[in-house]
Amino acid sequence: MAQASGQIGSDPTLSGVNPLRTGVSGAATTTRRRAAGRRDNLLAYLFLAPAIIVLGVFNFFPLFFSFYISLHNWRIRKVAFVGLDNYTEALRKPEFWQSLGNTVYFVIGTVPITMALALFLAYLLFQKVRFLSFFRTVYFLPYVTSSVAAAAIWTWIFNARSGILNQLLSGTGTQLRWLLEPKGVFAMMADRVGLTLPAFLHGPSLALVAIMAVAIWHLLGFDIVIFLAGLGNINKELYEAARIDGASEWAIFRRITIPLLAPTISFLTIISTIGAFKAFNEIYVMSLSTGGNSAKAGNPLGSTQTVVVYVYNQFYSSQRLGYGSAIAFLLFAIIFTLTLLQLRLGRRNEAI
Amino acid sequence: MAAETATFGGTTSPARQRRTRTPRQIAGRAAIYLVLILGAVGAAFPFFWMLTTSLKTRNEATATRPSVFPATPQWHNYVEAWNTAPFGRYFFNTTFIAVMVVLGMLFTTVLAAYAFARLEFFGKNAIFALFLATMMIPFEATLIPNYITITRLPNPNTLRFVADFPFLTMAASWYNTYWALIIPWTANVVSVFLLRQFFISMPQELYDAAALDGCGHLRTLWSIMLPLARAPLAATIIFSFLGSWNSLLWPLLVTGKDTLRPLQLGLSYFVNAESNDPQLLMAASAFTILPIIVVYFIAQRQFIEGIASSGLKG
Repeated sequence: MAQASGQIGSDPTLSGVNPLRTGVSGAATTTRRRAAGRRDNLLAYLFLAPAIIVLGVFNFFPLFFSFYISLHNWRIRKVAFVGLDNYTEALRKPEFWQSLGNTVYFVIGTVPITMALALFLAYLLFQKVRFLSFFRTVYFLPYVTSSVAAAAIWTWIFNARSGILNQLLSGTGTQLRWLLEPKGVFAMMADRVGLTLPAFLHGPSLALVAIMAVAIWHLLGFDIVIFLAGLGNINKELYEAARIDGASEWAIFRRITIPLLAPTISFLTIISTIGAFKAFNEIYVMSLSTGGNSAKAGNPLGSTQTVVVYVYNQFYSSQRLGYGSAIAFLLFAIIFTLTLLQLRLGRRNEAI
Repeated sequence: MAAETATFGGTTSPARQRRTRTPRQIAGRAAIYLVLILGAVGAAFPFFWMLTTSLKTRNEATATRPSVFPATPQWHNYVEAWNTAPFGRYFFNTTFIAVMVVLGMLFTTVLAAYAFARLEFFGKNAIFALFLATMMIPFEATLIPNYITITRLPNPNTLRFVADFPFLTMAASWYNTYWALIIPWTANVVSVFLLRQFFISMPQELYDAAALDGCGHLRTLWSIMLPLARAPLAATIIFSFLGSWNSLLWPLLVTGKDTLRPLQLGLSYFVNAESNDPQLLMAASAFTILPIIVVYFIAQRQFIEGIASSGLKG
């Protein structure tokens, strides 16, 4: 097995496709190969110029500019230098912590569930089922649907007055307010059995949980396709050998599939965590359309206001660009740290 | 298990294996199909509900005991929904922006990828590392500075670069222009990476042969590499097109008038305004989804393969 994973790691055409893993090693080999050749500095810079200009102006520069803005009281234009005041203000404000908590709920509530479900379905699809392409097509449909349209459909499904979900529930005598419900789901469950939970255990609001369900539905197909590709790259002889040795299906899954999927899993973890941290569209549309206050997203009671939505609100309804930039910069710091951490952990997993 | 081992000894053909199945294995297969079908129903149900709601009358849609299907399909809901907002304009905007983004992306990334793959130049590895580093900068973190940049960049129209539609604007900056909606998205590092990998993977002989025939780099790229690069190009085009088609946050910030609004933004306002007319909202959702679904069915293989290859293969 160690041999097999080594083989996958060292094959240049295969390992090179994942940009997060390979870094610049590929460039180094080409340099060596063509070291004898002449240099084409001018032509190369001409070729690179368009990309460098766009990336420089809209990716690199704004990162530094963002930090600069965050050190100022910046309304429509720059007002005054305030040092780190915007940062200390954010760290003091319950609203910021609530938004960070909502983002964390969103990440923890969507990423592992989506990946586990996707792996499960992909594994089933991989068992030589018929109509594979039919199932794959259907599972992938939500992913190609725009998140705004998806949010529109689900807003209607979750509609508290005449949505299909409450109509299905009407037989049980329960009616939920779904996207209008700011109460934490754990608190609601505890209420049922007559318990009262301390505030920090209330959990994400039902409104946020509903949005998470939509996010899972939306992204599942993407993860399935990636997992199918990963499964397809596992050498089939390994399975056959294990079966001849009498290994159970579960043991095969646990001891062969999961370890050999480690690179796929770590790649998906990184991109879906980053994606979940940045999620905006579904949250914006689903909380805007039900909150009543069209100027501010993240209703009800800020319980669906994630960090990105908070940044947007600072910009859009409060016109506080300095403060918004400070929060955005904190978000960047968090995502950056997490990515580095996950890359580290991913590398360690691959070594196994 | 014994039966299975026996089959393995005899043949490795999956078709043969299928014949010798124990009742337990058959039950297992049935369970697999059951779960897969349940999953498919879960994935597809919202679309079904959208379509059937879009054909109901308002009373049917909001009834306390709803029927699954409308008594008579109300096709005019689609016409009504189309007319409640300038959807024709929204469609034009989104398509125009997406096509321009894809063209711009192809221009910048193909050249950059070729340079990284086939040219030797000073600072190559450092520049490439910088390119990769931009993947760590989330667009959301650069929203506000980019907005400020947009409001400061001089509008090319004031230079009489394009005198009229579609770049027409009264503003002196990029705010409220197509430029703001297009240009920031025309460079994509993931695409550069994908294409660079492809150019590197091509056999050296191909490049040597082109050089022998007197092709310069530009000629080699245009007439030899690009025709071969269909698969990675399709992947980058799909990503960039989908990204542009689905974007909401950026257009929300840099547009202030209806004539520039892309489809998603238009639809999001519609969600707000029409919550009392679910049948119209569902009709509008249906026709906004339709083009992408059609494209998806036509280019399904490229979609799936593109996603899979971008993910990773090892």
